[in-house]
Amino acid sequence: MNINLELTERKAPVSGEIRMSTRDMSLYYGDFQALRDITLDISENAITAVIGPSGCGKSTFLRLFNRMNDLITGVRVEGRVELDDVDIYDKDIDVVELRKRVGMVFQKPNPFPMSVFENVAFGPRRHGRKNRIELEDVVEKSLQQAAIWDEVKDKLGQSALALSGGQQQRLCIARVLAVEPEVILMDEPCSALDPIATLRIEDLMRSLSENYTIVIVTHNMQQAARASDMSAFFMMEEDRAGVLVECGPTAEIFTNPKDKRTEDYITGRFG
Amino acid sequence: MKTRMAPRQISQRTAFSLLITATAVVVLPVVVIIIVIILNGAGAISWDFLTQAPVQAGKAGGIFPAILGTFYLMLGTIIIALPVGVLAGVYLSEYAIDNWMTRTVNLAIVNLAGVPSIVYGLFGLGVFVLMFHMGMSLLAASLTLACQALAMTVTTSREAILAVPREYREGSLAVGATRWQTIRHVVLPQAMPGVITGAVLAMSRAAGETAPILVVGAAFFLPALPNSPLDQFMALPYHLYTVAAHIPGMPKSTIWGVALVLLAVVLSFNVIATIIRLRARKRRYST
Repeated sequence: MNINLELTERKAPVSGEIRMSTRDMSLYYGDFQALRDITLDISENAITAVIGPSGCGKSTFLRLFNRMNDLITGVRVEGRVELDDVDIYDKDIDVVELRKRVGMVFQKPNPFPMSVFENVAFGPRRHGRKNRIELEDVVEKSLQQAAIWDEVKDKLGQSALALSGGQQQRLCIARVLAVEPEVILMDEPCSALDPIATLRIEDLMRSLSENYTIVIVTHNMQQAARASDMSAFFMMEEDRAGVLVECGPTAEIFTNPKDKRTEDYITGRFG
Repeated sequence: MKTRMAPRQISQRTAFSLLITATAVVVLPVVVIIIVIILNGAGAISWDFLTQAPVQAGKAGGIFPAILGTFYLMLGTIIIALPVGVLAGVYLSEYAIDNWMTRTVNLAIVNLAGVPSIVYGLFGLGVFVLMFHMGMSLLAASLTLACQALAMTVTTSREAILAVPREYREGSLAVGATRWQTIRHVVLPQAMPGVITGAVLAMSRAAGETAPILVVGAAFFLPALPNSPLDQFMALPYHLYTVAAHIPGMPKSTIWGVALVLLAVVLSFNVIATIIRLRARKRRYST
C-alpha cells in the first residue's frame, strides 16, 4: 500500500509547542451531548487531522476553536478550550478578535458574490484598512500565499463565482490569510473538489504549515495519511456522543494504532 | 395495444382539464378588464389630459394634479415604509431569538396585511391627522399608507434576508467581521433585489388605495398642486371614484381615461418589480 510508503518519506516538523487545546471539554445541543470529555492538544505549525466516521462530531469539534457553534441556539460548552493558555469561552473574550486569529475554511467553497479582489480585501476592510495601496499589497500577498495569484492576477475585478471549485477554495484560503490569522481551521476543505484540485489544496496546506497551525477535519483517510502530521481519531459512543479515541503522530496512528477501535476503523477502510 | 382508455388515463385527463379551466377562470377576468379599460379609455388620453389641471369638477381639462398626487403619495409611503421595513426585517431575521414573542410578532405582521384598509384610514385620521395635528395632508396620508405597506415591506425584507445562504454569513464571520458588518456588507447586498421587489409592490398598492386616503387627506377637486407635505392633494383612485360615482353628466370617456391611467401606473410598477426579481434570479444562476 502506497500510503505507508508516503508516510515514511515525510518528516514530521512538529515543534512541540501547543497553540490550542481542549481540557475535559463537553458540548451539548440542548439535552443532547454531542462531544464528551475531550482533551486534545493542537501543535504549533503542524497539520492536525481530525478523523472518524460521519456524525461523530468532528465538525462540531472544529467549530469550537473559533466559536462558530455560537451561531446555533442551545449550544453549551463545558470544560476549557484554550488558545495560548487563555480560555476562549471566557465571557470577556472578544469573539471577533478570536476569529481574526483563528480563521476558517469551509466544506463548500463560499466566496462572496463579489470580485476576486473584494473577496480577499473583505477581512482587512472590515478591520479598518482603507488605504488602496495597502489593500492591493495584502491581496497580492494573500493570493500568492494561497498559490492562486498566477491564475487570477489578470481577473481581480471579475466575479469570484466564475472561478472553478478548486480556485474558489484557494481564494477562500487567501481570504482567511488576508487577516493574518495564527490558526487555520479547515472543515473538509476538499470534499467538494476533484482529485487534482484536492492535491493542490494539500500541497498548499503543507507549505502553509510552515507558518500556520492548521487543523483539518476530513473523512478521507488517504488525505489524513498524506497531508497531516498529527491525527486525532474520533468515534461515536452508544449514546451518540463523540469521544476522542486516540491522538498522536499520523504515522503512528496509521501504522501502529494503540486502540483496537482505531485499528478496526483504519483497516476497515483500506483492506 | 388497447384502444380503450384505462380508468387512470381518464382521471388524468379529467384532472388536467379541471386545472386548465381553473387557471382560465383566474386569468380571464383580468385580461377582459384590461382590454375593456384600454379600448374605452384610450380615446380620452391626450397630452392635455395628462398635463393639465381639471376644470368644471373634472368634466373638462386634465388630471395632472391627481397623477402627481399619486406619485407623491407613493414616494412618501416608500420613504417611510422601506427603511422601517428593512430594519425590522433585519432585526426579525438576524437578531430576534426564536421564542413565542417573536413568533407572535411575525404572525401579527403577516396579519397586518389582512386588516381592511379603511381601518388604517381611520387609524391615520385619529393618530396623524388629529392627535399629531398634521391635518388632512400628504404627510398624514403617506404615513397612513406606510403603516399599511409595512406588512409587505417587513415580510419581503425578512424573507429576502433569510434566503441569503448561511455559507456567506459564516464566511464573513470567520474572518472576524462583526455581526453588523456581516449584515451590512454581505447579507443586505444579497437580499436587495428581494427587498426592492417588495418595496415596489408596496408602492403600486399604495397607488391604488382609495379608502384610507379618503379620510386622511385626498381632495376631490384641487386644481392647485400641493406645495408642501402638509397640503391636501388629489389622487387617481379617489378621483376615479368621484368622477364615476358622484358627478352627474361626467363624460364616459373621461372616467375610462382616469381608470386607464391608474391601471397603467399600478401595472407598470408591478412589471418593474417582476423585472427586478427576474434579473436578480438570472444573475444568481448565471454564474
